[in-house]
Amino acid sequence: MDATPINAHSGTPGEPTPVNYLNVDYGLKSWLLTTDHKRIGILYLISITIFFALGGIFAALIRLELMTPEGDVVSSEMYNKLFTMHGVAMIFFFLIPSIPAVFGNFLIPMMIGARDVAFPRLNLMSWYIYSIGGVFTFAAMALGGVDTGWTFYAPYSSTYSNSNVALTAVGVFILGFSSILTGLNFIVTIHKMRAPGLTWFRLPLFVWAHYATSLIQILGTPVVAISIVLVALERLLKLGIFDPKLGGDPLLFQHLFWFYSHPAVYIMILPSMGVISEVIACFSRKRVFGYPFIAFSSLAIAVLGFLVWGHHMFTSGQSVYAGMIFSVLTMLVAIPSAVKVFNWTATLYKGSVSYQAPMLYALGFIGLFTIGGLTGLFLATLATDVHLHDTYFVVAHFHYIMVGGAIMGYMAAMHFWWPKMTGRLYPEGWAKFAALVIFVGFNLTFFPQFVLGYLGMPRRYHVYPPEFQVLNVMSTAGASILAVGYIIPFIYLLWSLKYGPLAGANPWQAKGLEWTTPSPPPPHNFERTPVVTEEAYAYASKPYPEEAEVV
Amino acid sequence: MEQGVPLFPEAASTMAGKVDALYFFLVAVAVFFAALIFISLTVFALKYRRRSETDVPPSIHGSTPLEIAWSVIPLGLVMIMFAWGAKLYFDEYNEVPADAEEVYVVGKQWMWHIQHTNGKREINELHVPVGRPIKLIMASEDVIHSFYIPAFRLKKDVVPGRYATIWFQATKTGRYHLFCAEYCGTGHSKMKGWVTVMEPAEYQAWLSGGVVGESMEAAGERLFNQLGCNTCHRADGTGRGPSLVGVFGKPVRLLSGETVIADEAYIRESILNPNAKIVAGYPSPTIMSTYQGQISERGILQIIAYLKSLSKEERSQ
Repeated sequence: MDATPINAHSGTPGEPTPVNYLNVDYGLKSWLLTTDHKRIGILYLISITIFFALGGIFAALIRLELMTPEGDVVSSEMYNKLFTMHGVAMIFFFLIPSIPAVFGNFLIPMMIGARDVAFPRLNLMSWYIYSIGGVFTFAAMALGGVDTGWTFYAPYSSTYSNSNVALTAVGVFILGFSSILTGLNFIVTIHKMRAPGLTWFRLPLFVWAHYATSLIQILGTPVVAISIVLVALERLLKLGIFDPKLGGDPLLFQHLFWFYSHPAVYIMILPSMGVISEVIACFSRKRVFGYPFIAFSSLAIAVLGFLVWGHHMFTSGQSVYAGMIFSVLTMLVAIPSAVKVFNWTATLYKGSVSYQAPMLYALGFIGLFTIGGLTGLFLATLATDVHLHDTYFVVAHFHYIMVGGAIMGYMAAMHFWWPKMTGRLYPEGWAKFAALVIFVGFNLTFFPQFVLGYLGMPRRYHVYPPEFQVLNVMSTAGASILAVGYIIPFIYLLWSLKYGPLAGANPWQAKGLEWTTPSPPPPHNFERTPVVTEEAYAYASKPYPEEAEVV
Repeated sequence: MEQGVPLFPEAASTMAGKVDALYFFLVAVAVFFAALIFISLTVFALKYRRRSETDVPPSIHGSTPLEIAWSVIPLGLVMIMFAWGAKLYFDEYNEVPADAEEVYVVGKQWMWHIQHTNGKREINELHVPVGRPIKLIMASEDVIHSFYIPAFRLKKDVVPGRYATIWFQATKTGRYHLFCAEYCGTGHSKMKGWVTVMEPAEYQAWLSGGVVGESMEAAGERLFNQLGCNTCHRADGTGRGPSLVGVFGKPVRLLSGETVIADEAYIRESILNPNAKIVAGYPSPTIMSTYQGQISERGILQIIAYLKSLSKEERSQ
């Protein structure tokens, strides 16, 4: 069979629909027992969407409560459970798996010209592990919830809380293995399964970003798993680990927890950065400015990210000298992030820029991530952190990184690769509108929180002094706009599955091997193993060689 | 209730203005770089918008001088932030003035219990004189709390099992928020109160007014005798334990050969875990039993206040 020409509409009326990964087999069993990385990506997409919706509902209730200074919508117990479960659902069950498990799974084998990941059955197993962890955590929520904060600080979590800490801990512990296995799978896949000619420096930056992410997943996740087990052991068996009344040390927990959980922030943001590099290049029709600097900055972030955990503990009573070391190292990690932002911006220079929805999300990402990154400096600076730590400034900062950054990247990826995954185009007008709504809603929700933070409003407060109300009402108003912004894509993406125009293999005229195969891709991605003869993002050269050489 | 929407917190301590100056520097840097990025993005996106579907833009690989510039300039700026922040942090957390007046704070779910050395107690309120350094010695009865006064730009976690100390000097009379900033359970958001900064004369009147009861030293002495500490720790050194007169704040030689300073943390540890650091010349394991569970954090602080007074007498003799 000839290689599919670019822009061929698979399934033109009159012709039989070609076999693809979606129609090759039907029925629930064919999905639950699949080892196809693309189907596993879709399974993850469905699972994490459930948790995103759940986390979003918790967030909505939080914002509703905070419209007034008094506690009038829910009780303090309930409020504490809401912000805890919002954090647990969003961080562990949505953000950490989001881009790697959905788009990484779907795309990495295709981007490197492989038939699948290195260990397809392990890949399926990691989804099952995720689901089992999800069931435990969901059970903990349904049986009354948990109120420790997603950070599980001891000794509150290990001794004092009367909520379902152990059950949630088991859920998060199990979940961790899914993340470890995915990371392992990606590293082996990227090392061993690249197509002929696809050297390291021809890899799309999306793949570099996932390589760096995988390193963190493998090295960091076991530590948080251990610390969560220790909390459970102290709770159930009264082993003295963290509670000083039993002979333990509460700060030990913070060290162990943040040793993972700070790098985990980079697990959430690095894959998004990978997405942005792809999207910016495609919609500027230019190779990414400073490719090696972006590639190595991902690795620099992954490595330095392991050395900065103590910046969560500047007020905890850790030695002031340790604080200074963590502060200076945190300042250093700002540099590779800044390098990325500058390079993306420079990519637009003399480009051919078009503004489809993925690009709008990518531009939104750069803007919001810039604010998130710059406000991180306020928290890395010791004296300002003493004032800002545990206030709404921190809440605003990390939502700019995780929602403004990670989720904008996720939305960019969703729109960019949706045609590849489903074979259908989403409605562009609605998509642009939703991107705008999300951008406005997001800023209105979280920008006032920077001001609240410097004013001194502590986070995790169910009731608050009345002078903070106006800013909180603004934030709640923003959150309702944001909610609408997320519901619109949910609707039109589902709609497009049936009614969207057929996308063709490469609707964006993008570079990258994933665009050389039909949409949706055939079960084994490529008819023949592609041979790569040029760099990534060779937009200035002729369209991608259609006739991949047979190996 | 306050009127209008505050956009900036009150500054009421010697540290507040210094932290604000650093904050303004950070804001200036942040605004500059955010503007640089936003303007560049907007200009490039408009100027180089796609004019034809057949556009083929030039292939630009990158620029090493630019990469160096946008790494080194930010690096210089963040190092200024680091050094400036570290200096203030050190002053705030480590450089307690020797003449600071001590106030004892115990956090428990969900209140702040405060005791002044003369014995005056308050709950969720802290009265201090303006213009005098105040040192807080803080402990927790249960979980981690965090003592936070936004108007002073000051915060410190109060971690169970150890003492946290901070100091401040208020510069403006008034009432300021006191918050618990570390999530501590159901009533976390109700664990808040007020710091009242008063003129010194007014403060003295407040301090000696109302029900004062016994001073912390006196309460500590009573507890010291009540718990039977005095039977072994005799003042003249003839008891089965070392005399504690004049010990506080001095180096103590241990059985292990190490020397430690007899500070608050050492006294507390010796009461709760007597075997941890045995004084040289005394048997190991020690004959002293633990007081874990028999004395509250407040009680320990009172005994510490009493032992401090024994050192002061020693010095004045």
